[in-house]
Amino acid sequence: MPKQGVAPDELTAPFWAAANEHRLVIQQCCVCERLQHPPASKCGGCRSDDLTWTEMSGKGHIYNYGVVHDGPVRMLHEDQPFNVAIITLDDDPDIQMLSHLPGTPPDEVPVKGAVEVIFEETANGQKVPEWRVIG
Amino acid sequence: MKYVAEAPRDTYRSAEGLGVWEHRGKVAAIGIGHAPTCRRWDNDPETSVGAISIFALRQAMEDAGVDPADVDGLVIDPVTTTGAYWEKGKPIPQDMLDRWECTDDPLDGLAKNSVAWLLKNMPELTGVKFAMNASGCMSRAITAAAQAMGDGEAHTCLVLKAWHNFEGRYYQGGANAGGSLPGSAALRNLWGAPVCYGTAMQFNEYCRKYGKTHDMMAPFMQNSRRNGLLFPEGYWAQHRPEALTKEDYLASRWIAKPASLFDNDIPIMCSAAYLFTQAERAKDMAQSPVYILNHASCRRPARSMMPTLEEVEDETGRTGKKIYEGAGISADDLSFENMYDGFSLFHQFHLEGLHFRGIGFGEALDFYQTDISIEGPNPVSPSGGNIGAGRSRFWMHTDCIQQIQRRAGARQITGISPDIGVSGGPMPTGGDYTVWGVAAD
Repeated sequence: MPKQGVAPDELTAPFWAAANEHRLVIQQCCVCERLQHPPASKCGGCRSDDLTWTEMSGKGHIYNYGVVHDGPVRMLHEDQPFNVAIITLDDDPDIQMLSHLPGTPPDEVPVKGAVEVIFEETANGQKVPEWRVIG
Repeated sequence: MKYVAEAPRDTYRSAEGLGVWEHRGKVAAIGIGHAPTCRRWDNDPETSVGAISIFALRQAMEDAGVDPADVDGLVIDPVTTTGAYWEKGKPIPQDMLDRWECTDDPLDGLAKNSVAWLLKNMPELTGVKFAMNASGCMSRAITAAAQAMGDGEAHTCLVLKAWHNFEGRYYQGGANAGGSLPGSAALRNLWGAPVCYGTAMQFNEYCRKYGKTHDMMAPFMQNSRRNGLLFPEGYWAQHRPEALTKEDYLASRWIAKPASLFDNDIPIMCSAAYLFTQAERAKDMAQSPVYILNHASCRRPARSMMPTLEEVEDETGRTGKKIYEGAGISADDLSFENMYDGFSLFHQFHLEGLHFRGIGFGEALDFYQTDISIEGPNPVSPSGGNIGAGRSRFWMHTDCIQQIQRRAGARQITGISPDIGVSGGPMPTGGDYTVWGVAAD
């Protein structure tokens, strides 16, 4: 499924740069060590602005999913219906990411199943983390 | 005139343990105004969002029997979009410019509201000394107005919310039609999930946790449409007076499974205004007063991409406590509820957080299988809500006022005495709520 391109902005540039290197990084507070995603200018826990990026293992589990039949993004219309799953990271199950679960047919999603990160190219060549079912 | 560009954060009673609201029963709703609804703007200046706002404001004053010159407060939500935006660079229609007094912002009255535009075009409002924006929805404007009036900023105040809707499909223009996204937006929007997706996910969790199914929503949906068709100000009653059967609901197409078309409220153009006054002035007005017993808010950010069921239930439980504590009542005192339903699949979260009729978490869908009609002992969403009357996020408030004033017409609750109601929203983890009572104490 071809996704829209991505124009990295100041807040998210390290995330996208890492994705182009096939690495998954998540923002982390240097004070309280809390991970957070999506990234923000301050820590959502202690409000510190001393933040860094930490590489994740790339392992996760499917927390939940839905099947999009009528979504708003024009580029994805011809691929409807498609899965949109919520992935939680094994490094910190409070951290969620979205996934189309490439290779998994719509509505045949193994909730609680294990997944691993892969990297897909978007319309402008920017790579994006995606997730593949492994068990 | 004192102008507040946005109601300050401490206006809202979002903390726990604040006790009984200091202005309990001191502010009352009297008058109601609604403009006719329509699905989309027909390009007539007389039906622009500004025009229908003025219509509703004037009707609210007339309904209350208040001279416009006696109004000294105006609280509005300036944001009017349903997800439709005026295309950048698209010229403003000349007949709009000819018909209405303009402000510095050419979109005022067309794709947004402003205090300045309204006052320019309502010369009869000669006495406004306090004006404030409370952006979000009518639920927020009501709570901000109630607090400001209790604090003495105004004695007779108009509260306004309006919505515009233009041609084109919901949220399918702008960045969603383009080839790339800014990096921050891309983290969420690359996957193309519609707005109802987050609620659909929480409903999924709910069904798995409690062993419930989507078809158990059908009685709620039928009840909402039925009540909505008894709401003459609403979209479905005005334009599509069609009952909703269980079969219709179960056959409706998916938007983001498990959310179907009917689980989403339909975007429309509409407006509503209320006339509030301080309680001691209310006795001389044309309608009986409905006293505001409390307002409460919740502002919980999600831990990550979207709230989980656990976060939703924790927050709705806290909100229920705040609602009751500030009003000085318990769940047993609540006659009826009109919490937001604009994704039908989260109405049960509101109900369970309130412990309406004693129900606990995971019990609302079973409760829907009992008598939840306006004739029964447990009226749920007697307004028909936004599922039954179109997306305004204000039918719930109008209905609370009308029910307690005993002028809800064919929708009047008969199974119990509608003396105390609660309304508000929108989201279970982010919203503003008002408790309305027939008596000030």
